[in-house]
Amino acid sequence: MDLLTEYGGGLRNDGRRGHELRKIRCRLGVFSQSDGSAYIEQGNTKVLAAVYGPRPVRNKQIKVHGSVLINFQYSMAVFSTGERKTRPRGDRKTSEISLQLRQAVSAAIMTEVHPRSQIDIFVEVLQADGGNFCACVNAATLALIDAGIPMREYVVACSASLAGDTPLVDISHLEETLGGPNLTVAALPLSGKVAVMELSQKLHLDHLPRVLDCALKGCADIHAILDTAIKQHLIKVAGARGLGKKFHLGQQTQNKLKNDKEEEEEEDDEMSKKDVEMITL
Amino acid sequence: MLTSKTFLKKNKRGNVLKIVREHYLRDDLSCGSELCDECDSKEAILEKVPTSNSKQYTVPHYLLLDTNIILQQIDALEEPTLCNIVVIQTILQEVKHRSSSVYKRLKDLITNPNRKFYVFVNEHHHETYVERNPGESINDRNDRALRRVATWYEEHLSSHVRVILLTEDVRNRDLATGEGLLSCSIASYISQLTNGEPLLDKLSKIDAAVETSVKDSLYPLHATPTEIHAGIKSKTFLQGSFQASRENFLEGQVNCEGYDKPILVQGRDGLNRAIDGDTVAVRLLPEDQWSAPLELVLEDEGNMEDDEGGEEGKELMKKKSVPVAERRPTGQIVGIIKRKWRQYCGILQANPMAGSSRHLFVPAERKIPKIRVETRQIATLSTQRIVVAIDSWPRHSRYPQGHFVRALGPIGDKDTENEVLLLEHDVPHSKFSDLVLSYLPQMPWTITDEEVSRRSDLRHLDVCSVDPPGCTDIDDALHCRPLDNGNLEVGVHIADVSHFIKPGTPLDDEAALRATTVYLVDKRIDMVPGLLSGNLCSLRGNEERLAFSVIWELTEDARIVDAKFCKSVIRSRAALTYEQAQLIIDDPSQQTSIATSLRGLNRLAKILKKRRMDNGALVLASPEIRFHMDSETHEPLEVVAKKMRETNSMVEEFMLLANITVAEKIFHEFPDNAMLRRHPVPPPANFEPLQHAAKRQGFELNVSTGKDLATSLDLAVKPDNPYFNTMLRIIATRCMLQAVYFSSGMVQQSDFHHYGLAAPIYTHFTSPIRRYADIIVHRLLAACIGADATYPALLDKKASTALCYNLNYRNRQAQYAGRASVALHTHLFFRSRVQDEDGYVLYVRKNALQVLIPKYGLEGTLFLRCDSPGVSWTYNEKEQCQSCGNVVFHSFDPVTVQLSLDRSNVQHEKLVLKLVRPVIDGYSVPSVGNNTQDDDVDMVGEKNEAEAGGTEKEQGDCDQPETKKRKKKNKKNK
Repeated sequence: MDLLTEYGGGLRNDGRRGHELRKIRCRLGVFSQSDGSAYIEQGNTKVLAAVYGPRPVRNKQIKVHGSVLINFQYSMAVFSTGERKTRPRGDRKTSEISLQLRQAVSAAIMTEVHPRSQIDIFVEVLQADGGNFCACVNAATLALIDAGIPMREYVVACSASLAGDTPLVDISHLEETLGGPNLTVAALPLSGKVAVMELSQKLHLDHLPRVLDCALKGCADIHAILDTAIKQHLIKVAGARGLGKKFHLGQQTQNKLKNDKEEEEEEDDEMSKKDVEMITL
Repeated sequence: MLTSKTFLKKNKRGNVLKIVREHYLRDDLSCGSELCDECDSKEAILEKVPTSNSKQYTVPHYLLLDTNIILQQIDALEEPTLCNIVVIQTILQEVKHRSSSVYKRLKDLITNPNRKFYVFVNEHHHETYVERNPGESINDRNDRALRRVATWYEEHLSSHVRVILLTEDVRNRDLATGEGLLSCSIASYISQLTNGEPLLDKLSKIDAAVETSVKDSLYPLHATPTEIHAGIKSKTFLQGSFQASRENFLEGQVNCEGYDKPILVQGRDGLNRAIDGDTVAVRLLPEDQWSAPLELVLEDEGNMEDDEGGEEGKELMKKKSVPVAERRPTGQIVGIIKRKWRQYCGILQANPMAGSSRHLFVPAERKIPKIRVETRQIATLSTQRIVVAIDSWPRHSRYPQGHFVRALGPIGDKDTENEVLLLEHDVPHSKFSDLVLSYLPQMPWTITDEEVSRRSDLRHLDVCSVDPPGCTDIDDALHCRPLDNGNLEVGVHIADVSHFIKPGTPLDDEAALRATTVYLVDKRIDMVPGLLSGNLCSLRGNEERLAFSVIWELTEDARIVDAKFCKSVIRSRAALTYEQAQLIIDDPSQQTSIATSLRGLNRLAKILKKRRMDNGALVLASPEIRFHMDSETHEPLEVVAKKMRETNSMVEEFMLLANITVAEKIFHEFPDNAMLRRHPVPPPANFEPLQHAAKRQGFELNVSTGKDLATSLDLAVKPDNPYFNTMLRIIATRCMLQAVYFSSGMVQQSDFHHYGLAAPIYTHFTSPIRRYADIIVHRLLAACIGADATYPALLDKKASTALCYNLNYRNRQAQYAGRASVALHTHLFFRSRVQDEDGYVLYVRKNALQVLIPKYGLEGTLFLRCDSPGVSWTYNEKEQCQSCGNVVFHSFDPVTVQLSLDRSNVQHEKLVLKLVRPVIDGYSVPSVGNNTQDDDVDMVGEKNEAEAGGTEKEQGDCDQPETKKRKKKNKKNK
């Protein structure tokens, strides 16, 4: 199987073109216990994130002065892949991803605002279909915002690959296994800073700028989607609290939101059904 | 962003594993018709008003193909008659899955702009995607998808242009007609075309009721795939590849993995329709039914209507009780796991019943059975060499069914025979397609200043090239100049082919497929288009060219101080021939910079050569000859052995040095995926014939290491027989294994050794114009020095191993083709001649002498027959000699033989050898001078016919360092 077929103007295996993201759906505030929570779907990759804190440092041994202690835990559900498999917590692979995730969010969180306290972030991959790391970063961003933790800006992650001369954005599991380099970037899209960057395979330096640009473009696109989702969520929450129109929004955005709302509502129904399923699982 | 957001699931069940994949449907996919103005017109391929040659369907229409049509009728589709064809993605994937060769041919058709094939991406089109219904088979679903596309096109083009669905599947056709679509089979479509007549012959004939009829079936039923699977699992069946016997068409063997001896299969039932190369399932017979190979030659003399089983079969049935000692494991083929059919060259054997359209085809390859074909063009085709493909082999038919693919030309014509040998050796030799040629640089081509600034400018150096006369693809040039510190600077400049052939382009794919330039006696099959090989890459004299340079600093005694690599621009001062270069070196009055440069090179080369020999490099020999051709008729006039000059060896040494230096560099930088070349150490058992032969002449050969062998070969000289040493070397060459390309990550480093050259590491760098391996090495080296980018396939161990496999295969085939071409020309040469020649006995066999004739470099078998009165041969196995009366033949004895060509079999002309001296009454023939018309062809049809360049020749073949190429290049110089 090829990463990119030449017919139909160059289509990937799932019917996307090189620069197209998978469908993203997300929700904020899915749990009431935690201080902030979010659920995100990027194609078939589904991730749940919960944020606790800032709260006093639990483990008295660890002393961090002047900045907040970030504890990031990554885990995958036993049913997240095709094969059901118990996944031990704290193994090498998970720890590595946890560390990288912590690095990514640390770049965005204003750590100096809450000295001598800690923030716990838990992400659980419910279904894995490529780009787990990216979905986790995006879910954590949403959950942190939901928790009201001060951040410099969103941290958004996206992966990219290269098929021949065409860069591909947002790599699915199938594309990951088909070979080709896999570049994962967590970026602060507004300032254009890169928080984490990882490349899974040898890639000639000459190709890197193109692939990186592609991944950054993907980050910017995802940022726009997340931003809309958060604003929409805020309107909902604000409306419920009677703040309604006072919430400041540009005229244009409001119109756009109105249009999108109708579409989204149908999906929301579907989503809430899914939430129920998930919780029973 | 996404235009259509409908989200669907696609399940794929394999190992009780559920895989869920996303599947996006789009609304921006084009229908590909010029008629339509809704869709993206950039992709429009199908004509607005397709012309219809059809009598039945007079409306303009496009054709929609089903998988079965493509798989079975690709030969017919390749004819330019049918145009404006829609192939849907579903079908394309199915074809790819079922047959990669057909897929490749289909892709060629799709890329050909004249044929107007359009690939419609139905699976991602929001209106043509169909979901598989519960309980529906995948085939039914695909058929439905096809009909859905047909319906959609009809609606989309609002019936201005109709769509005709071509399928062989009756059910699909009925369903399509039911839905109001036009549908028919390809045979009925072609038969009503006004210009369809020549296409009819090319249609493949598949019998629908293949395995059903029990009555008058000649062969046992094949086991079903599930039965075979179960059988192999339970070990009642064995899986292996079937090899037909060359001599006996009712015998063959199956080489099974995990079963050390090949399993013998005999008789029609035993062979059960297997064809050479097929992967088969075989059932071992009980031990008391085991048998031995029959020592007779059986040729299938069967005619068309002779379907009674024949007498040979019966004869085989009453098995003589074979002595237990000779018995071999015997089995019966119960099923075919995978067919390995290809297209076969051969001639037609006309049906004795005049006017019949069914004929038998006799393939040139003796291992392949005759094939039934149907054609109405027998009158023209019976005198031609033709190509035929097998379609099926039903139970009731004695021969497989096939169809005519194309004619090559009249039998016996040199061009036709060349074509045959290229086809039979699987050498891709078609013209380069327009797509490939479109990737060539635009002419007139010049080196831009930008390009120069990126490279080292070596135009000031006095570089020259030394090649055989008439060479047009000059891929190496040299220079040598003294440095201030007393050392010498030596540069080898290789044509920078990788600058023109970029990875992943069709040009690159084509070159990778061809792998090597094939040199025939009168023809060269280029690996890259002529513009590159003969002009832009070729380092011609006094022209600026791009090169990849290796530059050493060497001390006076040829030790390397430093080596560097760079992409460069050079201007060769002169393109010399070996002879010219030799003259310049030898003439002391010449004091030009080129002359001093050449002398310096020559001096260093001698030191390098000596050092290499001291390390144990072998000097091997194989009889090489060249033909002098008539410039008008291109018939061979004269045969001469080739000559070696000092300058040959000079160029050779520096090429070896460059190759080794580059090999070290790329292996150092890319330990996992460097493309290298190794020559394995032959197992000691291989040397036994050589040692025996030498021992009988009183020489002891030490074969424990390459160095020992080289020394003892040097010592084995007989003053009275100057050719003795050469013959020993010829035999030694045949003991060797083949040198192969490999990817460094796949082989232990201790196995990198090149035995023939006595080098610990080796690669090919110096001939990128004619070898693809060199292009890969160039790319690797360019990546090492930062001159070029890498790409995934270059760094992928598996991909490069697969590439190596193809390169090795093509190289081998190219060598065989080259030899076959020499054999062909030898035959042409002897067509009008009967000649006496001196030769030497190379081997003594039970019933024959293997005779080598140095003048023609050919080897033939002289059969020793005892049918004349007073002639009886005694074979002494211990002494390895044959005697008749007081005449005794040992190996290496000189003989005189008479050569003539036996043309009684048009497909297999063979050289016949007859003894002239020493004279044996009743056996030897008089010398040609007083030879009357001698029609005695009693050697015809014997086992092991004297074929010049027999099979043994093919075993030992390794790198004769670079010389081969130079010699071969000679040949094309008519």
